[in-house]
Amino acid sequence: MSKPNLASLVAGLLFGAGLVLSGMTDPAKVIGFLDVMGDWDPSLMLVMVGAIGVHLTAYFLLIRRRPTPLLVPRFHLKTTQRIDTRLLLGAAVFGFGWGMAGYCPGPGVVSVGAGSLGALVFVAGMISGMLLFRVSTQKREEPAKVDPTFDSTCG
Amino acid sequence: MNQFTPVSSLVGGVLIGISATILLLFNGRAAGISGILSGIFDHQGEARSWRVSFLAGLLIAGLVGALWGGEPHQAVGSLGRVALAGGLVGFGTLLGEGCTSGHGVCGISRLSVRSILATVTFIAAGMLSVWITFRFQGGLS
Repeated sequence: MSKPNLASLVAGLLFGAGLVLSGMTDPAKVIGFLDVMGDWDPSLMLVMVGAIGVHLTAYFLLIRRRPTPLLVPRFHLKTTQRIDTRLLLGAAVFGFGWGMAGYCPGPGVVSVGAGSLGALVFVAGMISGMLLFRVSTQKREEPAKVDPTFDSTCG
Repeated sequence: MNQFTPVSSLVGGVLIGISATILLLFNGRAAGISGILSGIFDHQGEARSWRVSFLAGLLIAGLVGALWGGEPHQAVGSLGRVALAGGLVGFGTLLGEGCTSGHGVCGISRLSVRSILATVTFIAAGMLSVWITFRFQGGLS
């Protein structure tokens, strides 16, 4: 296994472990955070605080000033600061789906690994939704000539 | 608030933060799962294999969690509703270019205004969704 793939595997294991440990793979617990009109469970907020606390600190102290990552030639981070309808509508649609089942992409995948049928159905639905998005945008744009070094998603 | 689990929440969050830091420092990539998953269709070769490796890590963590702790957690609601929820999440995360990990953890950690706005939006939408699905007039069945 190449070093980048090993690092990525380790990152995935830690990410999954963090989700499992904090109970974020329990849809009822996630819904408990979003259930502001009911029996509110602030746990998810603390998960974010823990994650952002570590990552923000590490980003500003260790990563931001580096010209390159450790194992690959360059960073692949979005530079756009574009705020538009797509961003906000997309976030709203995602959030609505998130509240309906208490799953988002990460916990969904982890729970498939745990053997949850519900999670499998969720992930199947999610992949369908993603494919639907791809198909619906391809009609309006040039057939995708995907630049392998450009990430069109993620933060 | 008897379900509040502050210690395991913080510890879990720290692990997630470390994970995101590893992926960015070593691989130069944001740990945004919607992008990692969708990117598997878009790319080949190295751009696909790091993504497969990350997802494998998630799946293995889930498996170990289940072996350790017993049955996986129950899904909430009918399978039809869960499938529809998945569809909305899949479509919305691509339209909005991120999810709880991509915008919520990675983007906010880099002080991206875009990600902060997206995160506020999806949390608000999630809260509205839970109210409609579960609370409003007894919730949808």
